[in-house]
Amino acid sequence: MTVVATARPRTRRQRRLAGIGVLAVLLVLVCAASVALGTKTIPLGQVWTALTHPAGSEPDIIVRSLRVPRTVLGLLVGLAIGVAGALMQGHTRNPLADPGLLGVTHGAALAVVFAVVVLGIDGLYGSIWFGFAGALLASVAVFLLGAVGGKGATPVTLALAGAAVSALLHGLVSAIILGDERGMEIYRFWRIGSIAGRDFAITGQIAPFLVAGLLLALINTPGLNTLALGEDVATALGQRVLRTRVLGVAAITLLTGSAVAACGPIAFLGLVVPHLARAITGPDYRWLVPVAGLLGAVLLLTADVLGRVLTGDDFEVGILLAIIGAPVFIVLVRRRGLSKV
Amino acid sequence: MTRKVLAAGPVAWTVKPRVIAVVVVAAVLLVLVAAINIGMGSSRIGIWDVLETLLGGGTRRERGIIFDLRLPRTLAGVLVGAALGLSGALFQSVARNPLASPDILGITWGAGVGAVTAIVAGGYRGQVSGMVSAIGVPVAGLLGGLLAAVLLYALSWRRGVDGYRMVLIGIGLWAISYNIVNWLLAAGDVNDAARATTWLVGNLADTGWDSVGPVAIALAVLVPVTLVCGRTVGGLQFGDDTARGLGIRVDGARGALLLLAATLAAIATAAAGPITFVALATPQIAMRLAKTAQPPLAGSMVLGALLTVGADLLTRLLLPDLPVGVLTAVLGAPYLIFLFVRSRREARA
Repeated sequence: MTVVATARPRTRRQRRLAGIGVLAVLLVLVCAASVALGTKTIPLGQVWTALTHPAGSEPDIIVRSLRVPRTVLGLLVGLAIGVAGALMQGHTRNPLADPGLLGVTHGAALAVVFAVVVLGIDGLYGSIWFGFAGALLASVAVFLLGAVGGKGATPVTLALAGAAVSALLHGLVSAIILGDERGMEIYRFWRIGSIAGRDFAITGQIAPFLVAGLLLALINTPGLNTLALGEDVATALGQRVLRTRVLGVAAITLLTGSAVAACGPIAFLGLVVPHLARAITGPDYRWLVPVAGLLGAVLLLTADVLGRVLTGDDFEVGILLAIIGAPVFIVLVRRRGLSKV
Repeated sequence: MTRKVLAAGPVAWTVKPRVIAVVVVAAVLLVLVAAINIGMGSSRIGIWDVLETLLGGGTRRERGIIFDLRLPRTLAGVLVGAALGLSGALFQSVARNPLASPDILGITWGAGVGAVTAIVAGGYRGQVSGMVSAIGVPVAGLLGGLLAAVLLYALSWRRGVDGYRMVLIGIGLWAISYNIVNWLLAAGDVNDAARATTWLVGNLADTGWDSVGPVAIALAVLVPVTLVCGRTVGGLQFGDDTARGLGIRVDGARGALLLLAATLAAIATAAAGPITFVALATPQIAMRLAKTAQPPLAGSMVLGALLTVGADLLTRLLLPDLPVGVLTAVLGAPYLIFLFVRSRREARA
């Protein structure tokens, strides 16, 4: 071992640790900003009293019943989407894959639209379980289709089966809402994705699934590293490929299913975050997945705070993420030439 | 294995019997489905009478109904489907990624931004009015799509166009345009949102001669050019160094092919809205049927037309009030999945 040979990993390790450190600091800052800023700015000192000795004043109520739940939800959902995106791109080996590609987004959309139009259910609380169930069903269907008649889902069949099922479900959603004004009215707002106006009850409902998904994702990362060498090599190394795939799909489904059910589809975030995270960590999924999670949370909360300051508290974060995030992403792609999946 | 070569002056194609079989069978099916589709309507015309009329026979009444009223819709379906299939095949070949289609690379959603802006900004209770109506939804769509294509190309260009970089930039453009469309739908009046949604699903119901003409002219120019470039598409699949070794000017060729593909998609979208799934699925279906390593251009084109017209016919039979794009996916997706399953079973056997 020469000094030259060991120098490289050390710098990469340093870069990873520095990246995680910076992201953690940013996350703390943006959480503080998320509790303090909005239509009504509340100084951090007052935020602290609201959290420790609430007296029922107006700032106390705003902080405790609106901003803290919103921040916690944004944190969890951002984590979930970032992690799910990294897993999805790893399992399909496709830079275009986003977590919605498993059909999760459109499965949830169809179930929500069905609940609203056919069953006459209104509001988020009624439709959240429909959304979650729809996401689960679609994802299982995609995975089974991708895995039929072979040794299990390969990257290409998984991606194409996902695209096919998504297109199918999207056609059905369009068919339902085109004949129903109320469905159209609800769907056109639902489809943007927002973390506004959800209280702790919603977060509490999805939190167990999110935590389970995050744990499965972490267990899945070493297997993904082996799979990245190709299925045949992974099998030769003694890995049970099918088990790794099933674990990954279960994690992606739990994470994106609960995120979509609670917030609607937040487009673009899960697609881009893994590319940015890879620029920090390199290809090792044991690092890439957690960093993608941190990055997802930071970006989602930052976009939400920014939108709140600019337009007010009922802001829908999905729009800003893309309108501001996409140009930044394009600049990064042009300057750095992001590494391949 | 020796291959027959078909040469015409400076360009030459290798002849693969299976590819030709796919094209011929799909074309025959297309003619039949199109004839049935033209015969549908308030007064039914039999399939043979339709074919006879199209070939110059038929009664005066049949000629009037078919040429004035019925033909534009089916012809639009054929042309739009062909353009989408060809566009998808080019994108997937150049980017070497089965998911690269004009819908994912922001071209169709760019067209969507143009068209939906025209509908929502000019619309008042579902009527396009004022200055915007003078431009018209299709033209706005075409401008949006072409703008997206130019942006995609310009932003991807950095000492040449790299397929991977282009795909990532396309995703960025898709995200911007998709969300602008979402925002317009949420900001607008609910009737405009309904009209815009109908357009966004892809619709052939209102097509007359005025919207078929531009697509026909564009295709008449672009298709021969593309097929001549087919040789280059084949060369690009081996990677840049090999392609250069084959004497292909890689950057120029790739740029030209991408602009062709984007223009085809933009024109098709402007004529009938972004009919879902055709551009993504038909190249993949054609590739599996013809057993080629890459989407065959002519096969993707004919299958795209077949899928679109078939979906239109099925929509009119089953769900007369719905736009055609609802069924392109419902028809295409199961078939694509069936092909997966079959090809993997064969691979295992």
